[in-house]
Amino acid sequence: MDFSGAVKAVNLCCVPEAQVGDYVLVHVGFALQTVDEAEAKQVFEYLRQLGDLAELEESGPS
Amino acid sequence: MRFVDEYRDPDAAARYAQALHRITTRRWTLMEICGGQTHAIMKFGVDELLPPQVTLVHGPGCPVCVTPLELVEKALEIAARPGVVFCSFGDMLRVPGRERDLRSVKAAGGDVRIVYSPLDALLLARKHPDREVVFFAVGFETTAPANAMAVHQAARAGVANFSILVSHVLVPPAMEAILSSPANRVQGFLAAGHVCTVMGYTEYEPLARKHRVPIVVTGFEPLDILQGVFMCVRQLEEGRAEVENQYARAVRREGNAAAQRLVAEVFRVVPRKWRGVGDIPQSGLALSERYRDFDAELRFGVADLVADEPAECISGLILQGLETPHGCGAFGTRCTPERPLGATMVSNEGACAAYYRYRRVRLERDPAGSSVRGA
Repeated sequence: MDFSGAVKAVNLCCVPEAQVGDYVLVHVGFALQTVDEAEAKQVFEYLRQLGDLAELEESGPS
Repeated sequence: MRFVDEYRDPDAAARYAQALHRITTRRWTLMEICGGQTHAIMKFGVDELLPPQVTLVHGPGCPVCVTPLELVEKALEIAARPGVVFCSFGDMLRVPGRERDLRSVKAAGGDVRIVYSPLDALLLARKHPDREVVFFAVGFETTAPANAMAVHQAARAGVANFSILVSHVLVPPAMEAILSSPANRVQGFLAAGHVCTVMGYTEYEPLARKHRVPIVVTGFEPLDILQGVFMCVRQLEEGRAEVENQYARAVRREGNAAAQRLVAEVFRVVPRKWRGVGDIPQSGLALSERYRDFDAELRFGVADLVADEPAECISGLILQGLETPHGCGAFGTRCTPERPLGATMVSNEGACAAYYRYRRVRLERDPAGSSVRGA
């Protein structure tokens, strides 16, 4: 496993779906989950929706 | 690093903070469960971005902090024995016992080693078949799969000179204990993301219903925490009490089934004593009957050792969100990371250590919340 340049052996027993090139969440040398690329954008999507909502509110009642 | 840097974007953080200010109309007290979150909040100043009505209190989610004194004493007892290689995560070495810590055992000639993973301790056992290699298995649900795997592999390969000293605790029973306390002031929780990566979050749903408390599974970067706070406050403002998942990139509702099976095979649920808090029913893990040969407490005959907590440290109140480090007379004077009175000052995940590192001088927001001053 490559941690931005630091390479360490990691146990992948619990993430059989992981492929070369995937990002996985590792804790004490043990992979716990693959990172969901689509869900990773959700923090920003949620924020965008909040921004749209605020603009709607500021433009007054319709 | 990808999946880290983008969640520290200051513009996005400011926009989350604005959105939070817009929806907050009342005073709310939230607890972040995990010590990793506490440190991120202090390090990035997330609390400084919150509306003045929103207070974050720090939870019990620091495994080193809640490891009871008697387990520390058992570790010291085992580590001091000849022929033993005692392996631990680094922050456990400075946790004070009654008279010494693991560092002083090492200084006195004990073979105490810091390892990155329990699997590295197992490798050491295979390399030194003439020595007893013991791993101090401290942790929450997040660490349990790795520890279970080390024991499982040791059993399968017949590594007879490997054992673990188990100090495993579970989050939901601790939340139940906090919510059931008459002194409780927590109205909403940021649940520990990585615990839920393993366990999922279905076990939080009965807690949210029973105590009418919103629980938001939350990650560890500043934007994760801001979004988690936003989701939690929105539920409170709208009168909802549900389990929501902010950290969906790493947490599925059911968790990781393979990891749960591994943990269930190697461990069983038992009552545990939490340092500073006391006994909590069904709140920990011990090795299951099938793997009891790998239990260091039995192997070294220390199972009956008992020890009482020292009185001067208020870490129990801090771990329950009832007091903050600044409320302790010893903070930063008689108690520092170099000479800690209690575990919350020792661990990288302890609230007192976070305050010492990032907030040694108390910052108070003025009533308008627009500036800070030293106090």
